[in-house]
Amino acid sequence: MTDSTAQQQGTSDPPRSGWQRVVDDWSADRQTFPRVSWGKTMMWIFLLSDTFVFGLLLVGYMAVRLTTPQPWPDTSEVFALTVAGVELPLLLIAIMTFILITSSGTMAMAVNYGYQRRRGLAAAFMGLTALLGLSFVGMQAFEWTDLIGKGVRPWDNPMGAPQFGAAFFMITGFHGLHVSIGVVLLLIIARRVLRGDYDRSGNYEAVEITGLYWHFVDLVWVFIFAFFYLL
Amino acid sequence: MTTAQGQQHPISLYLQVWGWLFVLSFFSYLVDYNDLQGFWRWSLVLLFMSMKATLIVAVFMHMRWERLSLIYAILVPPLAMLTLILFLAAEGGYISALRAAYPG
Repeated sequence: MTDSTAQQQGTSDPPRSGWQRVVDDWSADRQTFPRVSWGKTMMWIFLLSDTFVFGLLLVGYMAVRLTTPQPWPDTSEVFALTVAGVELPLLLIAIMTFILITSSGTMAMAVNYGYQRRRGLAAAFMGLTALLGLSFVGMQAFEWTDLIGKGVRPWDNPMGAPQFGAAFFMITGFHGLHVSIGVVLLLIIARRVLRGDYDRSGNYEAVEITGLYWHFVDLVWVFIFAFFYLL
Repeated sequence: MTTAQGQQHPISLYLQVWGWLFVLSFFSYLVDYNDLQGFWRWSLVLLFMSMKATLIVAVFMHMRWERLSLIYAILVPPLAMLTLILFLAAEGGYISALRAAYPG
């Protein structure tokens, strides 16, 4: 969307209260979210649909965990790491969580530097975000290898309920796929930032939209971390 | 307010949120490390989870500065999940009671 259309749609807004403006926006028989670009609107709508996909995976996990008569494995033991002879519960998952949060922070920096038109810094922080994302996927590969080595399969689990295997591979696999796609997206957009594409178009919003996707991946991990690993 | 210029906020705000996410994640990890069970495990984990989710959506995803109609359009529909959770939890309890009563 160009600046002029944004302003045209914006100027027709009278100063009104929040709820009145919501009603105005939805009933005005025109573009529903004035001043919000189509790119950002569509990313939000995509993320909403993705919320339901992950929501269904987690609710499905709840349903099979509630109904299985076999014992559910203790995740803090399954995902424990032994460091210097001390077994630390859930350590690998904690490290993955901190890495993903750090990558969210670097992404926020990238968006900020993008809007400041400091394209070198913006691209560098996007690259750093992609690197952290890659290390997250690497640790997930390690975790999968570990569990596969222990005999866990999507249909089988020697530690108890076979549904644990199904839920684990499905949920972390789908999340890992999202992280991997995010890394590719980050690298593509970072290249364009570095090339100066957005200096020419005068709009760095693509970086923010990429950031929306990346923060969403982090957001989903917050829920997976709580429901699958901690509870 | 969103403009064509985009979302510009002070870096210190992002750093603060970043710090809080670290602290909250660390607290969640401590819940597991200290092996809390039952009520405290559930309430603390869910509390830290919702605080982290709120921070990410509100600040990192800039939701608190978006137009109100967009905020409602995105945040209200996921509440439908609560109905599904409620139904499947009730059904899950019923099924596991059946499986306990008629094993095999």
